[in-house]
Amino acid sequence: MSVTVRIPTILRTYTGGSSEVTAEGATLQEVLADLDRNHQGIAGRVLDDEGKLRRFVNVYVNDDDVRFTEGLATKTPDGAGISIIPAVAGGA
Amino acid sequence: MSVLTSDDHAEGAPVPPAHVDLGPAAALSCRECGERFPLGPIFACASCFGPLEIAYDFPTGDPEALRARIAAGPQSIWRYAPLLPVPADVADHPNLNPGCTPLVRADRLAAELGVTGGLYVKDDSANPTHSFKDRVVANAVEAARAFGFTTLSCSSTGNLAGAVGAAAARAGLRSCVFIPHDLEQGKVVMAAVYGGDLVAIEGTYDDVNRFCSELIGDPIGEGWGFVNVNLRPYYAEGSKTLAYEICEQLGWKLPDQLVIPIASGSQLTKIDKGLKELIQLGLVEDRPYRIFGAQAEGCSPVSRAYRDGHDVVRPVKPDTIAKSLAIGNPADGPYVLDIARRTGGAVEDVDDARIVDAIKLLARTEGIFAETAGGVTLGVTRKLLADGRLDPEATTVVLNTGDGLKTLDAVAGTTGPSATIRPNLDSFREAGLA
Repeated sequence: MSVTVRIPTILRTYTGGSSEVTAEGATLQEVLADLDRNHQGIAGRVLDDEGKLRRFVNVYVNDDDVRFTEGLATKTPDGAGISIIPAVAGGA
Repeated sequence: MSVLTSDDHAEGAPVPPAHVDLGPAAALSCRECGERFPLGPIFACASCFGPLEIAYDFPTGDPEALRARIAAGPQSIWRYAPLLPVPADVADHPNLNPGCTPLVRADRLAAELGVTGGLYVKDDSANPTHSFKDRVVANAVEAARAFGFTTLSCSSTGNLAGAVGAAAARAGLRSCVFIPHDLEQGKVVMAAVYGGDLVAIEGTYDDVNRFCSELIGDPIGEGWGFVNVNLRPYYAEGSKTLAYEICEQLGWKLPDQLVIPIASGSQLTKIDKGLKELIQLGLVEDRPYRIFGAQAEGCSPVSRAYRDGHDVVRPVKPDTIAKSLAIGNPADGPYVLDIARRTGGAVEDVDDARIVDAIKLLARTEGIFAETAGGVTLGVTRKLLADGRLDPEATTVVLNTGDGLKTLDAVAGTTGPSATIRPNLDSFREAGLA
C-alpha cells in the first residue's frame, strides 16, 4: 500500500525540506515505521517512549482523525493521504 | 539541551527577524519538555510537539512601584504592557485598545443563587468587537508586526473572526479568516463587515482548524500570521489580562473562585498563569484560589475527562447551541484538567436548555445579555452551587466572554413581546399588563 504523508514544518528537517513524502504500509503503524526507515528519527517525534501517538500530535488518514478510528491500527488504503499536524492550534 | 534557531522551522515567516522587540518576552518555552526557542512565529515544540509559551524577563523590584505604574497606564490592556509580549510603546500603535471591561458586582444574581461571599460578573462583552477575543488578537497583532506579517488570519468559531477583521482594519493589515459554514448570522455579518476576506468551510471548527494548520505549512501561507496557530504563543497571553484586571478591580486581591468557559481551554490556562504571575511579582497576596471550567454538554470532552479521572482528552463531535465553545478537540484540555485538580476546582457541563435559562437569568437580574458561552458559564455556576462544589460564602467571579446580540437565535424562540396590542388604553388593559 503506497500512501502520501504530509509533513508539518517542524518535521521537515527529517525529509530534506519536503512537505510531502510517500511511504508504504497497510496500517498507520506500518506507515510510520516505513517513514522512519527512510527518514531516520521521524517516528520518535510523532510517537512517545511507549510507542503511542504523542498527545499533542493529530494524525488524519484521508479526512479522519485517527483518534476517532483505530489509532495506530487505522487502515491506510492504497493512495490514502495522511496528515501529521501539531495539535496545539486553535481556540483561545 | 539543544537550542534550535527560529529560522529552522519558522511557520510562514517572510523573513526571520534578527532582533524582535516584544518587551519582557525573552524566549519561547515548551510546556511539555521545557525546550527553549528564540522568539519567532512558531507554536509547537520541534522535539515533542508540545505547546510553546512565552518565557519572560519580568521587572524586578518594589511591587508598589509596579502597581503605581499600572495605575498610571492607559484604560486598556496596555496598562499591563510590562507583563505582556509587546513593545513598551504598544499603546502608540494603531489597535483597538481592548480591556478594562466592567467587573459587575452582581448582588441581585447572588441573592437569587444564594451566594453571600460576593459574586461578580467580568463582562467582556464590553470589548470593541463585543467579546474577549479583542484581548488576544491585540497581542497577536503586535507579534505580527514584529515578524513582518502582512496578512492576519485565524480559524474561528465566530467571535475571533470579527476580532481579527476589526484589528486588521485598524492596523492596516489584510485579513483572511476561516469559519465553519453554519455559524450564527450575527457572527458571520460581524466578521465580514470589516472588509477582509471571510471564508466559510463546509465542516466543523475542528475541520477548519486542521485546514488552517495545513495552510500554514504550505507556500500559500507565506507571510500569513494566523493568530491562533503560528502566533498562538503571543496571542494566548492576552487572556492573562483578564486575571490582571479582575485582581486590580478587586483592589489587588485574588478572588476565591473563578468560573471560566472552556473552548480550547487556552483562556482558562492563561488566567491561571496571570494569577500566578501576580503572586510571583508580589502584586497580590499569595493565597489559594480555585478555578472551575465550564462546557456545554453537547461539547464536553474536558468535562468528561475530568469526571472520568483521565488526564488526556478524547475528542468529540460537537452538537450544542454554544457554538463559540464548540471545539471537539481542545488543544489545552490536558492543562485545564491539571489546573482544575491542582487548585481544587472542577470541570462541569450543562445542557442547552439550562444554557438558555442562564442567559435569561443573567439578563433579568443584572441587565447583562450574554452570548451562549456566558450562559454555559452561569449554568455551570448554578450547578456547582447546587451540589456544593462552589462555596457560596467565597468571593466568586464568573466570566461573560461575549455579547448576546451575537447569538440571538439561542433565545429568540422563547423571548419576544409580552403582548401585541392595538394603540389604545383598552387594548393595553385587556392584555393584563396595566
